[in-house]
Amino acid sequence: MKMFKYIVVGFIFGFGMWKLEAISTFRIIEMFHFQSFHMYGIIMTGVAAGLVITQLFKRGKVKTFKGEIKTFSPKAKTWWRYIIGGIIFGMGWALTGVCSGMMFVLLGAGYTVFVVFLAAAMLGTFAYGFWRKWLPH
Amino acid sequence: MNLEQIHAFISQPWPWWMGGVTIGFTLWILFRFGKEFGLSANLRTMCAADGAGDYADFFAFDWEKQGWNLMVGLGALFGGYIAANYFGGDGMAHISQAAIDTLNGIAGKEILTEGNVPIVPGSTIVTTELDPFWSIYTWQSIFTLRGFIIIVGGGFLIGFGARYAGGCTSGHAISGLADLQLPSLVAVIGFFIGGLIMTWLFLPYILQIPY
Repeated sequence: MKMFKYIVVGFIFGFGMWKLEAISTFRIIEMFHFQSFHMYGIIMTGVAAGLVITQLFKRGKVKTFKGEIKTFSPKAKTWWRYIIGGIIFGMGWALTGVCSGMMFVLLGAGYTVFVVFLAAAMLGTFAYGFWRKWLPH
Repeated sequence: MNLEQIHAFISQPWPWWMGGVTIGFTLWILFRFGKEFGLSANLRTMCAADGAGDYADFFAFDWEKQGWNLMVGLGALFGGYIAANYFGGDGMAHISQAAIDTLNGIAGKEILTEGNVPIVPGSTIVTTELDPFWSIYTWQSIFTLRGFIIIVGGGFLIGFGARYAGGCTSGHAISGLADLQLPSLVAVIGFFIGGLIMTWLFLPYILQIPY
């Protein structure tokens, strides 16, 4: 199965996020109160590992399984969308204590009420797509 | 080491630096496959798959090409299932005493004590009945105004904000920062401004809504 490998990657990521307590609302509240290094440690070591890995791939030291050099698409250099969109996302992150990746982990862990959260997130995504033309970017 | 010891070893709470190992592994493998790391993109894909392309061009794209990312999401779901049910350890969030005091302050009563903070504020897995104040991720809760605001409101803001900003925690805070993208740094600063506003100005009051 061609898709199976992606399930394995997601599995390890989801498993790790649970064990790291990154799916915990209490950890998110703690983070926004600056009462522990834990969440910052996760993000900082994640970014540090990502920095090294991204550079290795960018410089062609490591290639894709197909033997190609991995390309990275730079983000558009506009600012409003990152500021406003970022603040809106951050408010949602702190309100439920869950971000987009973590909802899959929680759903799997048995918190089935997260299908409502997922539906609401899809509605939010749809609302953005619908109003996109009128929003500053 | 026998199997039981391995199980016990994995089941203990992981230290923060395991974040680097887990995220590093995820990025490494996805890059090797020539893909990107960004989970909120799945929300757009699912909208497109449901036919949202008829209403906005933003969803009119070849969503089947994003199938691999849906599989990452599905894998995360399985990972949550196995971790919570078979490697959950004590099922607690090992937060600091300062955070416990803050949470008890918000609740106005001493509900949480050290070593007795369930990882998720709901009572599906933790067997001991949790005080209803922190029983939020449950079906009973969604039918209260408080639970509705927290779950539906939070979901909507995350879906809207992630696409507006062009990424979420995985796309901007991890992948974007790792690629030294200035827009991602701006987005992450936005995440924190929004998170601080919500945590300090609104959340304590939202939690007080009768449930």
